This record gives sequence, C-alpha cells and structure tokens, in this order.
Amino acid sequence: MDRREFLKKCILVVAGASVPVSALRLIDPKKVFAANPDIQWAFLVDTNKCVGCGFCVKACKTENDIPFDANVSRTWVERYVYTKDDRRYVDSPKAALYGFTESRVDLGRGEFKEIDPQNVGKAFFVPKLCNHCSSPACTQVCPVGATYKTDDGVVLVDRKWCIGCGYCIMACPYAARFFHPVEHVADKCTFCYHRLSKGLDSACVNACPFGARKMGNIHDKEDPITKIIMNERVGVLKDEFGTKPQAFYIGLAQEVR
Amino acid sequence: MKSHVWRPLYVVIAFVVALLVFRFFYVPNDFGSGKRGFMYSFHRKSNEMEWKNQPAKYGVSGRERMHEYCSACHGAIVKVRTEKLHGIIPCEDCHGPAMNHPEKPEKLNIDRSRELCMRCHTNLPYTTSERKRIPGINPKTHNTGVECVKCHNPHNPSLEGMK
Repeated sequence: MDRREFLKKCILVVAGASVPVSALRLIDPKKVFAANPDIQWAFLVDTNKCVGCGFCVKACKTENDIPFDANVSRTWVERYVYTKDDRRYVDSPKAALYGFTESRVDLGRGEFKEIDPQNVGKAFFVPKLCNHCSSPACTQVCPVGATYKTDDGVVLVDRKWCIGCGYCIMACPYAARFFHPVEHVADKCTFCYHRLSKGLDSACVNACPFGARKMGNIHDKEDPITKIIMNERVGVLKDEFGTKPQAFYIGLAQEVR
Repeated sequence: MKSHVWRPLYVVIAFVVALLVFRFFYVPNDFGSGKRGFMYSFHRKSNEMEWKNQPAKYGVSGRERMHEYCSACHGAIVKVRTEKLHGIIPCEDCHGPAMNHPEKPEKLNIDRSRELCMRCHTNLPYTTSERKRIPGINPKTHNTGVECVKCHNPHNPSLEGMK
C-alpha cells in the first residue's frame, strides 16, 4: 500500500464511522431552537404575580456561583410601599435573597422604618435583572472589548478579557452590573446563557413558583411570551435613556425605574 | 536632507511598529464584531462558547416536566402535592439543585428552615399585592424556634392534614 492509497482508505473509514454516529443522535427540538441564530431572547416580568419570596435570587446565586454573603446579585427584588399620607418607600434587603420576612422597610445605613399597617396604601414587589438592551450603554463604554452583545441578544462579559476598570458598571442606567468579589471582573446577568443553550429555562424563571418571570424568543411570532409583549400593555424601565431594554414589565408604576 | 524632524520621527515609528507587533501576538485571532457591529459586539468569539459550556446546576425546567422527572423515583411524594397549594413550587426550590441527581449529588440538601417558609408566609399588610392571598403568620409570635415542618406538611399544607 502506498501513501496515497493509505490516506484514501483512512478517509473512507473515518467517513464511514462518523455517519452512523451523527445519524443516531436524537434531536431535541429545544436544542435546535437554541442554536438558531434568528433568536432574540426577551424577558417578561409580571409584577402583579410577584410576592417577594426571593426564590429567584437564591436560585440565581446558586446557579451562577455568586457569593451568598456578598452584597451583590445578578437579580434582585424591590419592594414598593406607598403610605396613605403619600410617602413612598423602596427597599431590597440583601437583594431579597432571603425574601421579605419583615414588615419594616430597610432605609439603608442600618436604619429601618416600621410602617403602620393601617397607613399602608398600596404595596407591591418588582423583580429586576439586566435588561439585555438592544443598544447597551455598558458594551459601548468597554475600552477592551470584554463585554458585548451576542447575535441572539444576550449581553455577556468576557471574564478572561475584562480588566475590571468598572466603566460598564458606571454606564449601566439600571445598576444591573457589579464587581464580582471572587473573579475580580465585572459581572452581570447572562440570562443563564449556559442553560438556554442546553434547552433549559434560566434559573430564576425555573425557580419562580408564581410565573412572575418568563422568557421567550421575541423573533418567534408564535412564542406565548412574544404574544404577550406584542398584544398586552407592557412597559420597559427608563425608556428615555434610549437603551431599548429587552426586559418587559407588566404592571409598572411611575416610581419603578 | 538633514532635518531635526527625522530622529524623533524614527522613535515614534519604532514605537508604533512595536505596538502593532505586540498587538498582533496578544490579541486572539477570533476577535471581531458580530451582527451588532463594532460598537456593541466587538468581542472574542470563543467567549460565547465558554459561557455556553458552563455546567448547569438546576435540573429539569417547567413544573410538569419536573414533576414527571421526580416522580420516576419519588412518585408517592409528588402525588401528595396539592396542585392549588404548594404544587406550584418547583421541587428544587426547597430540595436544592438536582442536576445529575441521583448520581451526583446522591442526596439533596433539603432546606427545612423556618426562614425558607417565611419567604412567603410572613404576614405583610399589603392588600394590593398577590401576597394577600397567601396565609401569613407573625414569625416573632407563631411558635418561635420550632421548624414549621414539625407541624405542617410542606407537600400538602392544608390545615386539615396537619400532623
């Protein structure tokens, strides 16, 4: 056998061996869907359904290895309390990692305010996370090209490339970014990119018992989430900044920003 | 032609060339911009795969699929769950992340603490919130220091079925 013939046979054997393997692989429709470049991920928050249990924050921190005790979180839940004498209080103790287990409102700096139950006008909870904007200010300011928007609409941080300058943390109008205390880079919600690409829901969507958090492909007209975004009254946060957020909210109030 | 310009110019040119050579070796080949253009998506392409390849911890998504998955071994318990009450809570919220369970981890770390129940069952006077529909107690007066699961069955929490 000369070299030419040997190579020819090799190619034949490799080709023959590889065809049945790929033919036998089962196709998970959700996985194929996830590989589709025509996807634009969008998030839908129904604030009417949120009860402030904080399971989403717990799941997010567990799934993404964010230190529990550090005062940083990729997602958080805010509590809004309006009193009948027209005062407004907002808090999010420990990003609502342990939920809202006290009626007093955390004013920050170790001060708390107990509100008379008779005086409570309206109160509600708003889950927040990175908006994965279409025109993200944070990726624009990165001096080294470490943060970027993927083709399927997710804003990510390259941990190997980030120099930790913090420009993006300052640039984000939603305070969705923070400095990771262990990795020493800028960190943010990834929409659980690793879970989406495996055909799973993101950790917070998965953990919410009340269906307050949902995700969908806004390019797919048949997607139930897209239908809600297209047909119902939804709002975005800080529209005036021109960042075109891709997290949509049902039941926003003027004070929620 | 002799001019005072040349010498400093050589220095500048040498500096630029050195910078370009350094950049050539330092910047990865797959650096480029995606569909969103230079402004929003100038990045190292292989980083997308790095994020995608992160291991997931929470297993099955969706309540029905999760019930189905957990029923394979824990059918009796999943059946006890009342659909209207705690049936809406994903198993993993209390039982912990279950990706690759039962191989690894073999046993899940169940959170039976009072604090876990208090996330939803602390009484908050918010009549406009969904919270009003959840029965709440005052954690400072209601059987303090005792785990809720000592009396209440977390899988079927209706008060008639109390232990």
